[in-house]
Amino acid sequence: MASLKDLRGRINSVKSTRKITQAMKMVAAAKLRRAQAQAEAARPYAQRMERMLASLGAAVADSPDAPRMLIGTGRDQVHLLVVVTAERGLSGPFNTNAGRFARARIRALEAEGKTVKVLTVGRKGATYLKREFGSRFIGEISYHNVKRIGFEQADELATRITAMLEAGEFDVCTLIYNRFQSVISQVASEQRLIPAALPANDTAAPTEGLPALYEYEPGEEELLAALLPKNLAIQIYRALLENAAGFYGSQMTAMDNATRNAGDMINRLTLNYNRTRQANITKELIEIISGAEAV
Amino acid sequence: MATFDLELVSPERLLLSRPVEMAVIPAVEGDMGVLPNHAPMIVALKGGVIRVTEGGRETERLFIMGGFAEITPTRVTVLADEATPVATLSRAAATQRVTEAEAALAAAANDAPEIREKAMDRVMAARAMQEAAQAA
Repeated sequence: MASLKDLRGRINSVKSTRKITQAMKMVAAAKLRRAQAQAEAARPYAQRMERMLASLGAAVADSPDAPRMLIGTGRDQVHLLVVVTAERGLSGPFNTNAGRFARARIRALEAEGKTVKVLTVGRKGATYLKREFGSRFIGEISYHNVKRIGFEQADELATRITAMLEAGEFDVCTLIYNRFQSVISQVASEQRLIPAALPANDTAAPTEGLPALYEYEPGEEELLAALLPKNLAIQIYRALLENAAGFYGSQMTAMDNATRNAGDMINRLTLNYNRTRQANITKELIEIISGAEAV
Repeated sequence: MATFDLELVSPERLLLSRPVEMAVIPAVEGDMGVLPNHAPMIVALKGGVIRVTEGGRETERLFIMGGFAEITPTRVTVLADEATPVATLSRAAATQRVTEAEAALAAAANDAPEIREKAMDRVMAARAMQEAAQAA
């Protein structure tokens, strides 16, 4: 049986662990609120962008020389997977879920005989996938020294993907990230970026009586060629924000659980400590009494 | 006077959403003033200043770094890449941007024409920002 001193030491160490997890939980909660507000603020732009794309896409979709970003390269051989995860751990199953999802996708694609290229965003996803799929890596992006994810980062990433598309380095681009469903639930999911999935144009027309006949300046195709990269950036931006919000949500939950577990453990240890202490006292008493009797 | 709804959004937030009488927006093919009941249009924007008129007076001046605008008879939506009220523009930051953009253009001298064109656009936008900052 552990000595009293050992028990005291363990109780103290679990207590300080609890303090740390409690603090981390509160920090995560505060950051979660900020991340959610940021995601909220980004929504109007995305909505309006979607509306504009819907009306524009309908005008161009049938034309044979529509931009590559819209219709893809026409092949389906080389897949680029952009895997978005967090920079840090201690967040429950958050990173593992995205990593596992990505791994399943890579295996499925390769089983079909496709070529897969992987671009990771966030250190955790890179370390998770590197051992098995290191040879498919074409890049690792990390924002661990970026304080607050802004549109800038998303734009940079979008530019990089666009350049790769122009160079014909892939045919299909898919984004894998943790969709933020609620504070306690993040779902690993995928979203096709290229060829772009255009929003359906069924909301705009009927409400305003006549279908809106837009004039375009410059032409439809030029406009679309400028709009699509923006749309790509905005989708990436949204994924990055959801990833950030989801990470803090997941971390909050994980730290809450850890705090509760530490509390339970302290209770158990304290009980054990008291029992041992009492047993020691009883033992000493017996020794004294039997000693006195022997005299 | 008749009004229409003007919305100005950047990727990071919604900057403006209210009824106005007139807005002058910097379209790529020249500035255009938009009044209520304008014909539906979608235009690309270059770097420049959006001027908003309400109650017969110019009430707001915002600098945007390019973007798009959707115009309908009752509503104008501006999707700006970046937007700042002219009053808060910093001359130093604008100058720095011009220098950076010019350097990028010089670096792109041997690239494909499209890339050069994009760099050129950025220089123009940065210069417009500098001008707006100086006027403010």
